[in-house]
Amino acid sequence: MNALLILLPAALALGGLGLAAFMWALKNGQFDDLDGAAERILYDDEPTDTR
Amino acid sequence: MRGDGADELCLLVPDMHCGGCVAEIEKRLAAVPGVASARANLSNRQVAVAFLHGTTDADALIAAVAGAGFEATPYDPAMLASRDDAEEKALLRALAVAGFAAANVMLLSVGVWAGSDMDPATRDLLHWVSALIALPAVAYAGRPFFRAAWQALSARAVTMDVPIALAVLLAAGMSLYETMHGGAHAYFDASVTLLFFLLIGRYLDRQARRKATSAAEKLLLLNASHAMVLDDDGNRRAVPLAEIAVGMKVALAPGDRFPVDGRVVEGRADIDNQLISGETAPHAVQAGDAVHAGTINRNGALVVQVTATGDDTLLGEIGRLVRQAEQARGGYVRLADRLAAVYAPAVHIVAAATFAGWMLAGSDWRQALLAAVAVLIITCPCALGLAVPVVQVVAAGRLFQRGILLKSGDALERLAAVDQVVFDKTGTLTDGQPVLVNADRLSAEDLRLAAALAKHSRHPLARALHGHADGDVPLTDWREEPGRGVRARLEGIEVRLGSRAWSGNADADDIDSGPELWLRRGDAMPLRLRFADRPRGDAAEVVSGLGLPTEILSGDRATVVAKVATALGIGAWRADQRPADKTQRLRELADDGHRVLMIGDGLNDAAALAAAHVSMAPAAAADVSQTSADLIFQGRKLAPVAEALTTARRARALMTQNFGLALAYNLVAVPLAVAGLATPMVAAIAMSSSSLLVTLNALRLRGQA
Repeated sequence: MNALLILLPAALALGGLGLAAFMWALKNGQFDDLDGAAERILYDDEPTDTR
Repeated sequence: MRGDGADELCLLVPDMHCGGCVAEIEKRLAAVPGVASARANLSNRQVAVAFLHGTTDADALIAAVAGAGFEATPYDPAMLASRDDAEEKALLRALAVAGFAAANVMLLSVGVWAGSDMDPATRDLLHWVSALIALPAVAYAGRPFFRAAWQALSARAVTMDVPIALAVLLAAGMSLYETMHGGAHAYFDASVTLLFFLLIGRYLDRQARRKATSAAEKLLLLNASHAMVLDDDGNRRAVPLAEIAVGMKVALAPGDRFPVDGRVVEGRADIDNQLISGETAPHAVQAGDAVHAGTINRNGALVVQVTATGDDTLLGEIGRLVRQAEQARGGYVRLADRLAAVYAPAVHIVAAATFAGWMLAGSDWRQALLAAVAVLIITCPCALGLAVPVVQVVAAGRLFQRGILLKSGDALERLAAVDQVVFDKTGTLTDGQPVLVNADRLSAEDLRLAAALAKHSRHPLARALHGHADGDVPLTDWREEPGRGVRARLEGIEVRLGSRAWSGNADADDIDSGPELWLRRGDAMPLRLRFADRPRGDAAEVVSGLGLPTEILSGDRATVVAKVATALGIGAWRADQRPADKTQRLRELADDGHRVLMIGDGLNDAAALAAAHVSMAPAAAADVSQTSADLIFQGRKLAPVAEALTTARRARALMTQNFGLALAYNLVAVPLAVAGLATPMVAAIAMSSSSLLVTLNALRLRGQA
């Protein structure tokens, strides 16, 4: 029972962290070009800065 | 224009399809002086270029992209910041919240199920934590369904959203009540996982639709927004199209698309009429001739007096025909909606009957309501919500890989039902690009000279000669005379390449022989270069392989259409068809009970495309036609038509199977729920496994060759 008092908040906090990270990524445009992102890794010279 | 002295230009590059293209385009653009950054987006085929104000212009950037081998068109990004994008992001956020909640609540629920000898205080604690997560999550992630259900109810209709909203809300509310009173069963996990799965279906559905519209719909926005108006005192100023009035004079540079209908007052040029009439050969105009909006000025500087604008132009009239055809097409009822129309009321009736049955049997209202909620949760169309979207996404992905863009989700269903195919000729069955057909009857030297003369001209017939260029021909004084041809001097002798009247033999017979150019050296007898628009390489094979009745509707002349029809083995054809004739014919076929697939590319086909049961257009088609069509295919082959038909039929078979699977699950699980045996654990297992099964079944489409 006591273990739950630590484990529950810990699990929720970690999950919440993941959710927050996803929301940030979505807002930051990380999901705007999924096809392009998959291809870009194959070309090592990054010609321009990102937006 | 941005405040920091930098301009941003957005380019649409429809043919960009791989990482190599992206790297090449970005590299070329970055090399243009003044460009600060260039970023390509492969998903929607756009490139955003930022450059210092005044250092470069759109033409230079387009030329840079052309250097990489791609056609680019500028567009206004503000017009594209669509509501769709925002809605999709909102769905994705709701999906993330539902996913987070589902995972955590499920974790807690498994704990409750596993510890059957659990201390009631501990169980209540776990339920309360679940409630703490689930209730806000339901309130946030459920909004798309609540809103849709409310709209349906306001319109006195029952859609699938109604039982979904009801089940989610009742399950959450009932569970809260149970938790407050120390009950053993809480359905928080069911209500959030239900939302999670259904949101996946919604999101995929939306994605499938967006993928194709992104390239197609946006092309419509490319229409010129401004025109160069000549004032009486000879000044030029850019005027928004909406403010152009009849009687104004508009100046057009080579390559411009006419924004208005008008009459030429100054200059001569070759006009590309293909969009309006479907004719391949360009058309020479001079002072006094009429020009139409939508056609392209190939090579001359023109001044045109405006005779009609906006909806009054020929282009506007075609737009009106398209709208009429779209309205007449009526609502096609999607497979899922047809099922929902039967299923949704049934679900409510069974749930209500369960509640009534338990009450009559003498149990208390809590138990009766719990059983009714369980029925709603079990029957709730988790797998049904995924059955169609998952298949659509897999099918759209498969078609996309083969260069076919699917624009609307239900196009697949409609395509699967097709029993007759109607083709346009120019640009659909044929390449739409003239090729030299009598090269073998010309000497190598003549051919080289003609190609050298044609080298710098953008006239379509001249471009067809570019491939024959070979070595250096010492031409001097090269000049292009719009509407006539090109001329130059070769070792002091004037050489001409152009129209029959200007450089040809006016006495030659067979006037009606198709597009031609004449080559003349000095006063020697001119030589004729004949051109023809060849059928696409695999057209005959694809047409015969379709196994469906086919027909050609073309705006071109009868002799030309007959030739193509014979070559491809198509028995039924009609020539000289105006846009209204084409829609009329399609309506006749529809009245006879046929489900027609229309394939066309010209502006003159746009209305017919909208009128057909389902339609396809090549990627090189006119903007409006791309918008009217349900599918768009790329490349120089016709094979995508056959591919799309096959995929659509397989997809429909899988959708039907998926519905069968989902319903079979319900048949097994519903009696359990009615009997009050469906504990939260049973509900969770039934829901997850049926969703998984439906998804796996859809993925089979990917494996088939």
